[in-house]
Amino acid sequence: MTSRRRPADRLVRSYVVTDGRAHPTRNTLDLVTLLIATDDLPLTGLNPEKRRLMELCRPGALSVAEVAGHLSLPVGVAKVLIADLMDSGHIVTRAPIPAARPTDARILQEVLDGLRARL
Amino acid sequence: MDSAPASDDVYLRPSVQTAVKLLIVGHFAVGKTTFVGTLSEIRPLRTEEVMTEAGALVDDLAGMRDKTTTTVALDFGRLTLNDRLVLYLFGTPGQQRFTRLWQDMTQGALGALVLADTRRLSQSFEVMGVLEEHGLPYAVALNQFPGAAGHQLDEVREALDLLPETPLVRCDARDRVSSTRALISLVEYLLNRTGHLEHA
Repeated sequence: MTSRRRPADRLVRSYVVTDGRAHPTRNTLDLVTLLIATDDLPLTGLNPEKRRLMELCRPGALSVAEVAGHLSLPVGVAKVLIADLMDSGHIVTRAPIPAARPTDARILQEVLDGLRARL
Repeated sequence: MDSAPASDDVYLRPSVQTAVKLLIVGHFAVGKTTFVGTLSEIRPLRTEEVMTEAGALVDDLAGMRDKTTTTVALDFGRLTLNDRLVLYLFGTPGQQRFTRLWQDMTQGALGALVLADTRRLSQSFEVMGVLEEHGLPYAVALNQFPGAAGHQLDEVREALDLLPETPLVRCDARDRVSSTRALISLVEYLLNRTGHLEHA
């Protein structure tokens, strides 16, 4: 669905959150890359958006898209923040990147079995 | 501001190792959001991307800086398929002009389910064209709207100019079983293309 709704809670412009950067420091983040927050690094020195991201991720794993959705951030902005947090060691990714090759018959069979089991 | 969600099932099971995605595509108001919401185990989420429209003002010689930007919303949901594997469904608007969005969306996607409305079949051509351009295999599901005439599937297949192997099914995006069956048709097709389909 297409909509022009703008989240009311986004008070800070995207380019401020990312220090003016439009691209993440790494190019390996997909919408479904799974993120895990490490719990041994202090959050001091992180800007408020990165701190929110860490607080969101600490209880359990989420995908890049879910992080963007929960924080009401555009995916592009979320990727910049996540890449920074990977650089600083605050976030690690779980699945190998990319998570699955579309031609992988084993993955497709597993998806099919999982869907059939829901009927 | 949103705080971290309280519910435990917001988060993935610790055992999940792999995430895959399928796209749910179609024209405006065809039922993408409904379909994603019917199947998702989490409250469907929405993200927004600010897109600069490709080709906007390309013939402007006056050096005007303000390009046309549009906010595109993606609705998505999640299905945990087993202890290790999770499937994400992304409802994606079908407009061709969002080139960068399409590159992001199709990268790593297993395939796409095109939702179509028999009252507006011609509006599905642009969506199918974009998928073909990006080399993403797809199946077509006719979302059953109340009051829409019950067309024969072979008439619809001809009207949409589908390849003989492209699956065409009916579904009700409000119904979990019907929507699941539509996804199964898509994944059977994807698996068939690899030559490894095991008949169940």
